[in-house]
Amino acid sequence: MSAAVAADTRARARTRAQWRRRRTVALLMAPWAIGFSVFFAYPLLASFYYSFTHYDLLSPPTWLGLANYEYLFKTDPQLWTAVKNTLWLIAVMVPAQVLFAMGVALLLSRARRGAGALRTIFYLPALAPIVAATLGFAYLFNPANGPVNTILSWFGIEGPLWLNGASTAKPTLVLLGLWSVGNLLIIFLAAVLDVPTTLLESAELDGAGAFRRFFHVTLPSISPVLLFAIVIGVIDALQYFTQAYVAAGVAQGGQAGESAKALGYPEGATLFYPIYLYEQAFGRFNMGYASAMTVVMLIVALALTGLILRNSRRWVYYQGETR
Amino acid sequence: MTLRATAAIGLVASAIAIAGCGGSSSGSSSAEAIPKLNTAEKVTINYWVPFTGSELGLVRKVVTGFEKANPNVKVNVVGNINDEKIIAAAHSGNVPDAALSFTADNTAVFCKDGTFLNLGPTISREGIDVNNFPPSQRAYTEYKGNRCVLPAMADTYGLYYNKAMFAKAGITAPPKTISELTEDAKKLTVRSGNGFSVVGYTPYIGFYENSAAHYGPTFGAKWQTSEGKSAIASEPGWTELAEWDKHLVDYYGSNALVRFQAGAGEEFSGSNAFMTGKLAMNIDGEWRTALIKSEAPKLQYGTAPLPAADGKSELYGGGYTTGNITGIPKGAKHPAAAWKLISYLATNTQAEVELANDLGNVPTWIPAREQVQRTASPQFQTFLSVFHNPHTTTTPVVPSGEASQKTFENYLEKYQTGNGGELKKGLEGVASQINALEAQATGGGVP
Repeated sequence: MSAAVAADTRARARTRAQWRRRRTVALLMAPWAIGFSVFFAYPLLASFYYSFTHYDLLSPPTWLGLANYEYLFKTDPQLWTAVKNTLWLIAVMVPAQVLFAMGVALLLSRARRGAGALRTIFYLPALAPIVAATLGFAYLFNPANGPVNTILSWFGIEGPLWLNGASTAKPTLVLLGLWSVGNLLIIFLAAVLDVPTTLLESAELDGAGAFRRFFHVTLPSISPVLLFAIVIGVIDALQYFTQAYVAAGVAQGGQAGESAKALGYPEGATLFYPIYLYEQAFGRFNMGYASAMTVVMLIVALALTGLILRNSRRWVYYQGETR
Repeated sequence: MTLRATAAIGLVASAIAIAGCGGSSSGSSSAEAIPKLNTAEKVTINYWVPFTGSELGLVRKVVTGFEKANPNVKVNVVGNINDEKIIAAAHSGNVPDAALSFTADNTAVFCKDGTFLNLGPTISREGIDVNNFPPSQRAYTEYKGNRCVLPAMADTYGLYYNKAMFAKAGITAPPKTISELTEDAKKLTVRSGNGFSVVGYTPYIGFYENSAAHYGPTFGAKWQTSEGKSAIASEPGWTELAEWDKHLVDYYGSNALVRFQAGAGEEFSGSNAFMTGKLAMNIDGEWRTALIKSEAPKLQYGTAPLPAADGKSELYGGGYTTGNITGIPKGAKHPAAAWKLISYLATNTQAEVELANDLGNVPTWIPAREQVQRTASPQFQTFLSVFHNPHTTTTPVVPSGEASQKTFENYLEKYQTGNGGELKKGLEGVASQINALEAQATGGGVP
């Protein structure tokens, strides 16, 4: 009898202790949980709901069913310009940035003298605020009186229209992207310096040239960083906004603050998906349609990331892994 | 990394959704007159305006006149407010008592869901004759019978020309037709190397004030058919505009012209290409006269109505007009005092004269015109005359606001540089895009 009572008391004490622990855990997690639900889960779900409505911020949303998605996929002529421009970024700017950062990191890793100074110089542009850097580029590449075209003219070369030309605006933005690639560069540099010298030396002893050493030792060793760079690059390309917004406004002749009128200048060449989304949401107040655009963007971002990660199993090697 | 993607996009989503957290208005437009002002009660009202800098000071000066006439009303004039801020405020319910917008194209946005109070009943009660506003101003302050804003100062467009350059080229009078304009532009252009030291006239859509809306009236081109559909493909005027634009751009060479324009100087500054003598003729608004007076007082220039399309000489003298609109957001705390203020700015002759003279704009209250005319410079007289010409028109008030004009201009930008394909097909494409856009903006009718 007394044994049964004792067991009961012990069990109750255990339950109480468990509850106390759970309460502590819940309390400690509360800041995250509140932040997550208020700033992430709710907006995500709300956007999902708004994507099925017509909503202009002023009157209550009216239910449209799939009409926004239908307009998005079937009718909206500007959407495809925006999608094509964004795909161009993924296809050209991301590889260019990754290859450039990797190439410079490889060169910097071999520097014998002044390595610290060189690394600092290459990293510095990454510290420039994006808007300031873009304004600086717009000035440098002004086709009429910018220093770049002025210098080209000394050699009898008529420089291109850069940010003012429909075919050169995106490549100019890529140049800006390459210039400010510092963060990626540092990560690559760390990875390159981390490649086991023993492996490189034994490969060299086995008669492997620089080319083979790179492809068979260095590249596999830094492949996880390469994967990281590609995934982050693709996500950044999908969200590419500030540079295009500022550059279009300045190139069109306005001030930085007046860019809304010049979105996509010239000839829609810089109308990227997020720029168009911004115009729909905050220029035209089509919040329902803009929400549908965000939902599609989320799905595409998830799909692309998933695809890259899946595909990466074939070429990414993690330390200690054998194949 | 997947989480990062989700989080990043969540941020965009949250920006939109957080904006959606506040209370919504009911959507119906108020059709009752605003109560009369209790003159015994002291009130302070907030008035949001987009003006900044010296212009804001000038508006405050005129408002002081209102305060003297209404000693119990204090007005707190808040500058640098754009339409986005007004709409965000209307959404949150924390609205000013009255607001002014530079964008008459947004009238439908303000009127359609009752965001701004319907002023019609109050206008009738106060016995204000709306015919004292010119027809274009009456048109752009009303959407589907709901007059939710009043006009307060307008802009109108014309041709600016450099008299010294005209004399040098032996041109005696400003061009009256598009052919004459083209001819004069070629005569006035001075090439230097691969570029230009002077460009006679650039029609390049997107540069300075070159836009479809500003040329429409002198090409006799309408935006909508009688059924309210886009007339971009069916109105011959638009085809003529596109062809003329491309012809003149081709004359300069689009690359060379773009290069010239990139170095032309910021439009609203003293380095504007017309003011520095790099452009011999330019399409511009009446406000330029005030800017030239302060920034380039030695410039010898004249103004004239925009040349009319060939074969449409009867349209000469007219032009495009648009202007500021002012109204009272729904939920304003002191609508009676706000009404006093906006009706003062829009219909008090003295206030209109002061605003017109100080800001260098055209008065929208017809009785104020004569007084302004008496003292106006010859250059400004042109704009007063264009403003009151029967062929002067404005863009129709449509649910999508500026988006339909932008759609057309996006195409013209491509066409003028040779990237627009066949014109007829291009314009048909634009028309169907605009129709789809309007349907989408009205909601529920997404095609």
